[in-house]
Amino acid sequence: MTMTDADPAQTDPTQPHAARSAVAATDDRREALPPTPRRLALTRAYGHGGLLIGSTIILLLILTAIFAPLLAPHDPFAQSLSARMLPPVWSEGGNAEYLLGTDQNGRDYLSRLIYGARISLMIGLGAASIGMLIGVTLGVTAGYFGGWIDHAVSFLLTAQLALPGLLLAMALVFIIGPSVWVVICIVGVLHWTYYLVVTRAATQRIRSLDFVAAAQAAGSTPGQVIRHEILPNLVSSIIVIFTFELGIAILAESSLSFLGVGIQPPMPSWGLMIAEGKQSMFYRPWLVVLPGLCLFALVIGANLLGDGLRDVTSPDGRN
Amino acid sequence: MFRYILQRGALALAVAFTVSLATFFLLNVATDPAYAIAGEDATPEMLAQIRETHGLDRPLASRYFDWLGGVLTGDFGESYYWNKPVAELVASRAPTTIALALSALSVTILISIPLGALAALKPNSWADRFALGVAVSAQAVPNFWLGLIMIILFAVTVPIFPVSGDDTWLHFVLPAFVLGASSVPAVMRLTRTGLIEVMDSDYIRTARSKGFRGMPLLTRHAMRNAILPVVSVLAVQLGQKFGGSVITESIFAINGLGRLALESILGSDIPTVQMLIFVFALVFVAMNLLADIMNAALDPRIRIG
Repeated sequence: MTMTDADPAQTDPTQPHAARSAVAATDDRREALPPTPRRLALTRAYGHGGLLIGSTIILLLILTAIFAPLLAPHDPFAQSLSARMLPPVWSEGGNAEYLLGTDQNGRDYLSRLIYGARISLMIGLGAASIGMLIGVTLGVTAGYFGGWIDHAVSFLLTAQLALPGLLLAMALVFIIGPSVWVVICIVGVLHWTYYLVVTRAATQRIRSLDFVAAAQAAGSTPGQVIRHEILPNLVSSIIVIFTFELGIAILAESSLSFLGVGIQPPMPSWGLMIAEGKQSMFYRPWLVVLPGLCLFALVIGANLLGDGLRDVTSPDGRN
Repeated sequence: MFRYILQRGALALAVAFTVSLATFFLLNVATDPAYAIAGEDATPEMLAQIRETHGLDRPLASRYFDWLGGVLTGDFGESYYWNKPVAELVASRAPTTIALALSALSVTILISIPLGALAALKPNSWADRFALGVAVSAQAVPNFWLGLIMIILFAVTVPIFPVSGDDTWLHFVLPAFVLGASSVPAVMRLTRTGLIEVMDSDYIRTARSKGFRGMPLLTRHAMRNAILPVVSVLAVQLGQKFGGSVITESIFAINGLGRLALESILGSDIPTVQMLIFVFALVFVAMNLLADIMNAALDPRIRIG
């Protein structure tokens, strides 16, 4: 950080003296102030490869999900018995009409993959939001009030961590009856621990700072202090956790759907498509490989974005 | 030390009790097991009859304490689906899953600790970047998909390892790799940061000045201190392997607890599912307790502070 601050003011020996000093005069004044957090974050973001790759992947997939009806060449649900299990266009017998081939029911695979982005993102965003609501509420409450509330919440955390999440989710989704909303709620309700751990620690740190004491002295109620003094300072870490949890929730949904206790046919969930393609994966590996690559790309995009945002926004983050 | 173990043990017991309560109520209150047994198009009479035969018409609290009493005396109830005592089912399948979990953990150790050491040797070098790439990829790859890709590769292209079943140790190689891969990112990162931190300390500077360099310095001097948190995380990861066995065992057709769990869920066999969730949670709690005790034994600051 100190390095980049000093750089512009440094003498460039190749430049003529007069020309340099005119530029340097204005530069010096601006650079004398420490950069604002926003500017610092932007400077860091610009040179952060992982952040750029991650945000590009996520942006592309979100656009794909939004504009799925425009992008998909076929109806993802339309079956065609005459066009079953066509290979992708680059292998022998491929057909330019079905760029990535067709599945067991003759449905266009590319269109199903495009619509699959909708399901993954919807469940990921929904579940990560529910987890955020639970985790942040518990974390801030425990961190702010401390005492027995903190002990109770920590105990709840320990118990939640002990539960085998995937197995519990499978059982609950199966018994309640699988649907998109049930999967969102259950995955969300089981994934709040990360939010709790981080916001609890951050709240403990912030609540001992002067501006919180000032707000308390001015007569703010605990609710006001939490809303106006503490939550605004947690936003960047909550966003970072949200992106990680997005990836985790998407993987959880795909595992549930793959095992048959998540999204049900004929919905084009990537995990379910892998399960359907599994029957003939030795002869038609693309049926398994392609949806897996989509999942991999989406989750790695979310993780790179999370890593990048953490590096860029944390005060002692890497440049 | 003794007091610390007692404290941790009491906490573990309380967590186990809470988990049993949560599991029981989630599976019996949030949902009606009679529906799960009878299926969607059950008539009210059928439901009433199922409730009566399975004792589901009694008050919840008494059912819970019956179940808990049974668990404490080794009677885990009767499976609806397999028509066998659940205890017998669990006992017959457990050795396979324990073997799988332990071999998966060995895979994790064999990959992540050398990789973490390599990365820590020169932070920001190509080796460090490679290790980071492995961690990021392993974190994003869907476990079940990795399993299928392995099966496609090894069954078709290079048929070295059998891809389904659990008869010989060779059958465990691929499943252990797949299950072990999921813990690589956490363990690798922890090894790396731990080593980098220790390499900055005074005693390492002394060792350097005495002529130690590179890998010997890392493995013989730094590793001893950096490995402490890694060992306790490994214990926790081992606890998670049991829950993770659900996917791996169903893909590789291994007859362990994970596959039993999936089959019981699909067969609406609530007593078996309930017991398995509880057993997996108990294993996790026990592994955490073990990690706590190991940490305290190896690092006096924890048990005193």
